[in-house]
Amino acid sequence: MTIIHTAEEAAKNAEYKNVVTQLLYQLADDDFIVAFRGSEWLGLAPHIEADVAYSSITQNTMGHAAYFYQLLEELGQGPKNKLAHERSANERRNATYLEIKNGDGEYDQDPYYDWALAVIRGFFYETFKRVRLQMLKNCSYVPLTHAANRMLAEQTYHLAYWKMWVNQLQSSSATAKQKLDTRIQEAWNECLDLLQLGDQQEKMIVYQLMPEESLIEKQWIHELSKTLVQVPDRPLQKVFSGRKGEHTKDLEQAIDTLSEVYRLEEHAVW
Amino acid sequence: MVGNRLNKETAHQILMAVDDPELAGVSIVDLGMIDQVDVTSSGEIFVRLIPTFTGCPALDFIERQVVQVLKQQGFTRIDVAFSFDIPWSTTRITKKGIASLRQNGIAVPTTPDEDFNWEVNCPYCESLFTSVDNLFGPTACRSILYCHHCKNPFEAMKPIHS
Repeated sequence: MTIIHTAEEAAKNAEYKNVVTQLLYQLADDDFIVAFRGSEWLGLAPHIEADVAYSSITQNTMGHAAYFYQLLEELGQGPKNKLAHERSANERRNATYLEIKNGDGEYDQDPYYDWALAVIRGFFYETFKRVRLQMLKNCSYVPLTHAANRMLAEQTYHLAYWKMWVNQLQSSSATAKQKLDTRIQEAWNECLDLLQLGDQQEKMIVYQLMPEESLIEKQWIHELSKTLVQVPDRPLQKVFSGRKGEHTKDLEQAIDTLSEVYRLEEHAVW
Repeated sequence: MVGNRLNKETAHQILMAVDDPELAGVSIVDLGMIDQVDVTSSGEIFVRLIPTFTGCPALDFIERQVVQVLKQQGFTRIDVAFSFDIPWSTTRITKKGIASLRQNGIAVPTTPDEDFNWEVNCPYCESLFTSVDNLFGPTACRSILYCHHCKNPFEAMKPIHS
């Protein structure tokens, strides 16, 4: 396997550079939208400890997104703030399941958000993120291996938090179990694209950046089954392919909201 | 300042003046945030810092402070950046750092074992009869705990386990 140590080295092989760039957009955009949806829970979580925990996880996840955008900047994709704020929905490569609104209403108007969605999505995503980072630890792009090692150390806490909620609610009331199950079934209908790698999947395998999708799925379900009382016994499905730039209206709402202040004064120095 | 004073050791001394903005009296040197300091023969200085947690919002502020103190002490060509190549961990905190943190009511726990078990002494009464209230605290690198012996709430640096 050819190890690529820096962005400059990656630039010498146009195909490699393109493939690692495509992968980085998936990593950055996933963390970015997860952090944004998490930030919309600020002040609304079920109790004060949950509010502190969720906002801390969210802040750190946004840091991970910023780090991935930084790696894209080094590969010549433009300034990281632009990458985060100025790209339209069809340029984004996050999984669609991650962009769905937190529930009914808007953050500033009647936010009837659903905590069961937050718990299941948080648990499903962080479990996937851990599987993916563990795979990236040994990938061919050294800057990405460093990112993976550092994030794995921090992300332990993010995953542990959502596992705790799943464990508690699974052994709680019939209502809690039913709410969780509804969200699990929903995720099963929507989140297949989370585990997919998009148009460049074959090249990602050739260049030893990621393994094949079937292995990612197998690992992910194996990890889920350690916590979930019942993993759905049917194939995963998807509605859109976020990795190919297909998205819901919810992503447009997210981008409009999160870039509102940025667009007011694009050259402001904070 | 004369040229021969601008070396690696003096640079370290100078950086002792930069505190973590959220932990008064605790320098970034004692928190183990310095990865590398290099001074070239022509007096150019390179500083590589390690963030405690990737999402720490104080990073830009710390970077500016570092540039400022180095300028004040005579360095003119300064290159400061954060390096993410190695993860930060609580084992990087110096003895002096541990003492200064305690004065802020913040304990430094033992390094977690393989099963992620760790212990922490109360920073006020040193009792081990403590429990975690919330792994997540006011900053990404701190947790909230409670001492059942002296009945004080306190904080601890969040142990890192890779």
